[in-house]
Amino acid sequence: MNNETIVAISTAIGQGAISIVRLSGDQAIEIVNKFFPEKDLKNVSSHTVHYGHIVQNNQHIDEVMLTIFRSPKSFTTEDIVEINCHGGVFVASKILELMLEGGAISAKPGEFTERAFLNGRIDLTQAEAVMDIIEASSDLSLSLANKGLDGIIYNLITDLRSELLDIIAQIEVNIDYPEYDDVEVLTNDVLKPAISLLVKEIAQILEKAKVGKVIREGIKTAIIGRPNVGKSSLLNALLREDKAIVTEIQGTTRDIVEGQINIGGVILNLIDTAGIRQSQDKIERIGIDKAKAVIHDAQLVLFVIDNNAALTDDDKKLLKLTQHKKRIVIINKSDLDQELDVEFETSVQVSALNKTGIDKLEQKIKDMFLAGSINIGDQTYLSNARHIQKLKETKKALLDSIGSIHKAMPVDMVEIDLKDAWTLLGDIIGDNSSTALLDELFSKFCLGK
Amino acid sequence: MYKIIVIGGGHAGSEACLASARLGHKTLLVTGNIDLIASMPCNPSVGGPAKGIVVREIDALGGEMAKNADKTQIQMRLLNISKGPAVRALRAQSDKVLYSSTMKETILNQDNLDVKEAYVKHLYLEENQIKGIILESGEIIKSETVILTTGTYMEAKVLLGSDVRNEGPMKQKASNGLSEQLRSLGFKTTRLKTGTPPRVDTSTIDFSQTEIHEGDKVIRHFSFDKSRVYDVEKQWPCHLTYTSKETHDVIMNNLHKSSMYGGEVEGVGPRYCPSIEDKYVRFKDKPRHQIFLEPESTSLNETYVQGLSTSMPKDVQKKMIQSLPGLKQAKIIKYGYAIEYDAIDPRVLYPTLESKDYQNLYFGGQVNGTSGYEEAACQGLMASINAVMKLEDKEPLILKRNEAYIGVLIDDLVTKGVKDPYRLLTSRAEYRLLLRHDNADIRLREHGRRIGLLDDKVYREYKKKQQQIIEIKETLEIYDLYPNEKTNKRLNKLGTTDINNKTTLYKLLRRPEISIELFTEFLELDKYSEDALEQAEIDIKYEGYIKKAKKQAKKMLKMEDHRIPRDIDYNKIHNLALEAKEKLKQIKPLTIGQASRISGVNPADVSILVVYLKGKYNS
Repeated sequence: MNNETIVAISTAIGQGAISIVRLSGDQAIEIVNKFFPEKDLKNVSSHTVHYGHIVQNNQHIDEVMLTIFRSPKSFTTEDIVEINCHGGVFVASKILELMLEGGAISAKPGEFTERAFLNGRIDLTQAEAVMDIIEASSDLSLSLANKGLDGIIYNLITDLRSELLDIIAQIEVNIDYPEYDDVEVLTNDVLKPAISLLVKEIAQILEKAKVGKVIREGIKTAIIGRPNVGKSSLLNALLREDKAIVTEIQGTTRDIVEGQINIGGVILNLIDTAGIRQSQDKIERIGIDKAKAVIHDAQLVLFVIDNNAALTDDDKKLLKLTQHKKRIVIINKSDLDQELDVEFETSVQVSALNKTGIDKLEQKIKDMFLAGSINIGDQTYLSNARHIQKLKETKKALLDSIGSIHKAMPVDMVEIDLKDAWTLLGDIIGDNSSTALLDELFSKFCLGK
Repeated sequence: MYKIIVIGGGHAGSEACLASARLGHKTLLVTGNIDLIASMPCNPSVGGPAKGIVVREIDALGGEMAKNADKTQIQMRLLNISKGPAVRALRAQSDKVLYSSTMKETILNQDNLDVKEAYVKHLYLEENQIKGIILESGEIIKSETVILTTGTYMEAKVLLGSDVRNEGPMKQKASNGLSEQLRSLGFKTTRLKTGTPPRVDTSTIDFSQTEIHEGDKVIRHFSFDKSRVYDVEKQWPCHLTYTSKETHDVIMNNLHKSSMYGGEVEGVGPRYCPSIEDKYVRFKDKPRHQIFLEPESTSLNETYVQGLSTSMPKDVQKKMIQSLPGLKQAKIIKYGYAIEYDAIDPRVLYPTLESKDYQNLYFGGQVNGTSGYEEAACQGLMASINAVMKLEDKEPLILKRNEAYIGVLIDDLVTKGVKDPYRLLTSRAEYRLLLRHDNADIRLREHGRRIGLLDDKVYREYKKKQQQIIEIKETLEIYDLYPNEKTNKRLNKLGTTDINNKTTLYKLLRRPEISIELFTEFLELDKYSEDALEQAEIDIKYEGYIKKAKKQAKKMLKMEDHRIPRDIDYNKIHNLALEAKEKLKQIKPLTIGQASRISGVNPADVSILVVYLKGKYNS
């Protein structure tokens, strides 16, 4: 079942100077060999590169470089062949087709990683990190994903688990040996501080995770302002400044993300900016209700205002609408005379036309979302949505157990939630065995009958 | 010709022979000494954490241990009362002489059951099929099924310092030959060790230097049949003392003389009840250890020194005993010793306790690597029940981990095997809130009924209790309380705070300070039994937690429902880790759940197995 040889084009189709077609499985080398007449690959060593041609019915399909990885020293632990061919849709697809003819089957999305996981090459968090790397859209998010791959998440969770295990083991010893004086009598007064400490640690990780999420997924951003304040020139300034590409992409979330810009490593997902690039009067066109919806969805509002004009009723209306959001007021046209007579808490002076003040805006955004620190090197950020969800549930289970302590529940009720927390943490790293409990029990306490 | 032969008359053998005989199958019990049926070579007590609940479970299924313990107890205590309903467990001090003789009477008076005093030399096989036993005399006795419950007797060795004797507990002859034959049949055996402390002359103890521990002042029962009454004021007390600095010095200065540390012992001792020298060696920092003084019998002047299990020579034991506060003048009647014996690797057994390789051969008790009377008894019962189910061509009885401690025990044995004598601990059960002392009958009576070990009267009583629990809950649910002055006054009188909104008695019961007896103020609860009230209260009070535990169990059951076909060829699953493949081939798990609990089978292996089965059997 599992040992069928899979094949897929591993590079983005249609982009780049080369493409890679990758095979993994028992037959990988044999299949490629059928179409590679210049050399017999059956006996070549692992981790070697071979130059030649992919040939079908004596016809050269492409000039290629093959990399051979032999089991078990490969990503999937199976035999792997990577065919480096020329870029473009046609050649890679043709080679893929040949490999399928030769006996390989089409890989499902993520199947190489899945095999690496199933074959014990990487753990669950590492598998997820591989996926994160593939999907990483900025340098920071790549670095974050790499941390997952290194097993740092695994260590983080394992540390939390061992703290929790200490608490659980204490309870269990107390239950099993009620008459033994050796075990500290576990009143809830002892348990509560220990659990609270754990909750605090998890809360901190979750707090940091918000930053991780920002780095990984970007910030949903709305650029808002009444007509003619310079929204489109601001956008253009941001684009030119970073030479970023505005792409039309269907977001993976329920929102339509219409463009993505990379500001010094932080990604802004622009929502509903349709009107901006046509430099039309958005608010007027779509109406205030729609504006409300956009503002509601946004994590960040860039509120553009005209330095050269007094505050209008429209401005005031929009300011009120956005007063509870994370908001940066961009006072545009700073090159013109100041007519504006209001001050704002978080604002920057910008001249979109002269491209001044853009760097200050960048810094403001970073301060706001990265809490001043984007030094990924020495911090561990949880960025995977599944991990964060499980960790939130863990925190809730721990809080429930503290709740039980407050209700003066017996210790075995308190423990139910602790065990839930233990399982949830285990779910994160894909490891749930209960024998560890007993080993802990035994190694720490002297027990007698 | 017998239907069933049981080899060994200890706690496992007693349950085994009684169950099959009661189910109408001609049974023979072969035991080395009739007077030592169900004897207590170690501590004179039954129950305790987890074990006490097993005794309840045995009773719910129709076994004997609970009744025998009730008849012969001299002190009863419900442990862990303050720690909550899941871990409450009953413990009895037993009159060990009475315990044994009472069980003997029950067995000798049982229809369909013969008892023979003899040693079994070999199993009798025809064409590699189990067909009976061969006695040391050479006599062959035929049967359809054999249940082996030899306890610590196979190739037993008793060790006392450098004095090593080839004998079983209490100077009995060891059983020689059986384990050698088992090995030649392909069974793997391991050498295990356990030990027992010295017994001292009660009249030589100065109890004024010890703490007294008395029995509960209310009547307690292991059995759900509560017809026996006793005078709670006439229970026998236990006493607590501690090891001293002197004890420490005696042990450390003589360590080389202990069989354990002198190199005479090759068996692996139990982690959860180490000898006193073990405790001192492994836990050097502890200044003192607890020692319980327990009466052995009303007819003996002997006290069991719990916590001082040892294999030191006699002179050292004497010094150790006399170093204990209160025992300065104490005279030793029987010295402590260690015992080594052969046990089988229980992973060769199905969860029915039948051998995977030899049909109709069952194993139960210490021979499977467990320690403790209760662990043994429940295995004897389950082996016998399953032997009978097979004879009658009925579904076997395999208890799940969320159903009974017995299920946890047997699953652990056949799935994980043992390295040291296996003791049942509360912490081994994942769903202990479901496996309570109070609800063993609700959990298991239906099984007992199907098997046929419960008579109509017992079954009707269980049904009645079940009905009452439902009624009590309904009654409390429809009793509304309104937040007015009168109600709040009554509540304050009960020691609880005002209510601000309309509520029910049901919800009020969730308050920790409220117990169901207080509701006699509001309702006529007298018509319900104490047991029904207690259980309804636990169900209501801890409803949220019980739901969580059930949810946790449901996850496990899902894996349990995922059956692995018996003809699966693990060699064909290429990506399984080598160790996992070997373990799976050896243990032949029946479900994915069981597979996931095998040590050496990692979560990734389980995923692969699931994927493989899906691919192979769905398409």
